[in-house]
Amino acid sequence: MDHATTLFRREAEGGWITADESGETLALTLGGRWDIPAIVALEAELGALEPAPALRRATIDLGGLERLDTAGAWLIVRTARRLEQHGLEVRTVNASPSHGPLLDTVGKDRPQMAIEEEAPNKLVAIAHQAGVATVDFCRAAVSLLSFFGMLVSRIARTAAQPKRLRFTSFVYHMEMTGLNSIPIVCLLAFLIGVVLAYQGAEQLQRFGAELFTVNLLGVSILREIGVLITAIIVAGRSGSAFTAQIGTMKVNQEIDAMETLGLDPAEVLVVPRVLALTVTLPALAFLANIVALTGGAIMCYFVLDIGFGTFIRQLEQAVTPSLLLVGLVKAPVFAVVIAMVGCYEGLKVSSSAQSVGAHTTKSVVESIFLVIVLDAIFSILFSILGL
Amino acid sequence: MSQPADDIAIRVRGLRTQFGPQVVHENLNLDVRRGEVLGVVGGSGTGKSVLLKEIIGLIKPAGGTIEVLGQRTDQLGEAERRALTGRWGVLFQDGALFSALTVGQNIEVPLREFTALPGWMMDELARVKVAMVGLPAYACCKVPSELSGGMRKRAGLARALALDPEILFLDEPTAGLDPIGAAAFDQLILDLQKSLNLTVFMVTHDLDSLAAITDRIAVLVDRQVIVDTMDNLMTMPHPWIREYFHGPRGRAARQAAAVA
Repeated sequence: MDHATTLFRREAEGGWITADESGETLALTLGGRWDIPAIVALEAELGALEPAPALRRATIDLGGLERLDTAGAWLIVRTARRLEQHGLEVRTVNASPSHGPLLDTVGKDRPQMAIEEEAPNKLVAIAHQAGVATVDFCRAAVSLLSFFGMLVSRIARTAAQPKRLRFTSFVYHMEMTGLNSIPIVCLLAFLIGVVLAYQGAEQLQRFGAELFTVNLLGVSILREIGVLITAIIVAGRSGSAFTAQIGTMKVNQEIDAMETLGLDPAEVLVVPRVLALTVTLPALAFLANIVALTGGAIMCYFVLDIGFGTFIRQLEQAVTPSLLLVGLVKAPVFAVVIAMVGCYEGLKVSSSAQSVGAHTTKSVVESIFLVIVLDAIFSILFSILGL
Repeated sequence: MSQPADDIAIRVRGLRTQFGPQVVHENLNLDVRRGEVLGVVGGSGTGKSVLLKEIIGLIKPAGGTIEVLGQRTDQLGEAERRALTGRWGVLFQDGALFSALTVGQNIEVPLREFTALPGWMMDELARVKVAMVGLPAYACCKVPSELSGGMRKRAGLARALALDPEILFLDEPTAGLDPIGAAAFDQLILDLQKSLNLTVFMVTHDLDSLAAITDRIAVLVDRQVIVDTMDNLMTMPHPWIREYFHGPRGRAARQAAAVA
């Protein structure tokens, strides 16, 4: 019988281990507290343990353990497995009755599994993401288009059977999206008018053509800016609200409940919102036009000494009613796009709170993007038509 | 239980709970022994979940004292309170998993908060817990919305057990599970209770669970609590208790437990 040689002894946070070698046997003696605070140091020691090739057997003596938690049990099981892989015959001795079940539970075979999906090669990942994003974009476009088709058919049905329109909901949404956004639309339109007048005046003054500031104001506001700024505010304010409302209903399974009760979510939720916004957005845009021109007029009075009478006379020469119509005709189109995207994204929400937030952001970005794209298309169209 | 009777994990004395004019608990006393499984039952509105929340400190009682693991919960400083929360685990009704994190990351949250383990070791321990609660391997990298209700409960249990707590609080653990899933969950709790030597405080409506795994049952009636074994409760004359245990469901559950 060979003499026992102590390989190491380690103590950490109340837990300790000694390793002795005698002949063909490796003896690990464990004691104290084997819990989370202790195992970092103990693992470092055991992980570095390389059994000598001459060893045949190992015993793990658990007699001294005072406390054992899952982490400690995991380390014991892991060590035993590692020694077995080195060809040793491992025996666990003196396990107390209270520790036995825990060791059994932890020791059960379990497949390796990832906490997060494994990340592939960076370049591949970028290409993959680009591909996924492109496909998703095309799918979203198709799906939005089919949603639009569905919406048109529902609105047509509502037009044929006006009784189907949820009148209360329609009026409620007119109030929420129209009446309640008057203050913010007016404030921003006024400021835009002020800024435009100020910047225009500064440039035109150099040519002694300050009176033409009025023309600049009239044409740009009525034709483009009034309706565009209103659409952007409404997209941020009401489009996002639509997504959040419908999305929360989706999370609560209210939409499912609706369908099981024989109600059509598109008819109950989407149609009133779309129609309400189609009515209110042109009105808001008209209001924004007036307020922006007022802001411009006030600025002209103070900076350029153009009186209100002069301003109105000059404006009459600069703009025609058709110019106002060219601007306002875009408003209902923008309204449909904003309301549709808002409702569409709301219905796309899946069953988590996070998804409501993500889709709300998406809804605002998408609707503003579409509004500006459509505005550009309108510009081209009008210039072809010579308007 | 082999522990002496004076070894008390949770001691509630003279508890009073009030929401506006409505008194929920009045002079309520309750002892939970170390290592036992205590079931808490009561009709709707008798304050079962409220009692649980008061013990874990989410609701402040209007009066009385609560002692958990020998410490008065109302007299703790911030650091002591934190240390105490590391010694219990709570499973909320629907798991209450963080929806933005995967199951594995959910389990690692308490480990990150309370320990200084290296990342790979946390991953390893999270995997151990996932296996312990009987979840399949692929559940680890799923987010909660991709899991079924029963799996979410198991994942919530894994998170509650992340730090090897001494006390486990369960709020209706089997609600919303099918009978087979519920029985499996009961067995799981019982197994874990044995191997981790847990004290379990379980609010439940499930008579089968009560019959299958509890050592004692606390019944909330008349703003107080009556604690006894199921057999003794059966013989009590109180009308609500009689109706609860002698109703058709109570009988069926007892028969099932007797057969098992």
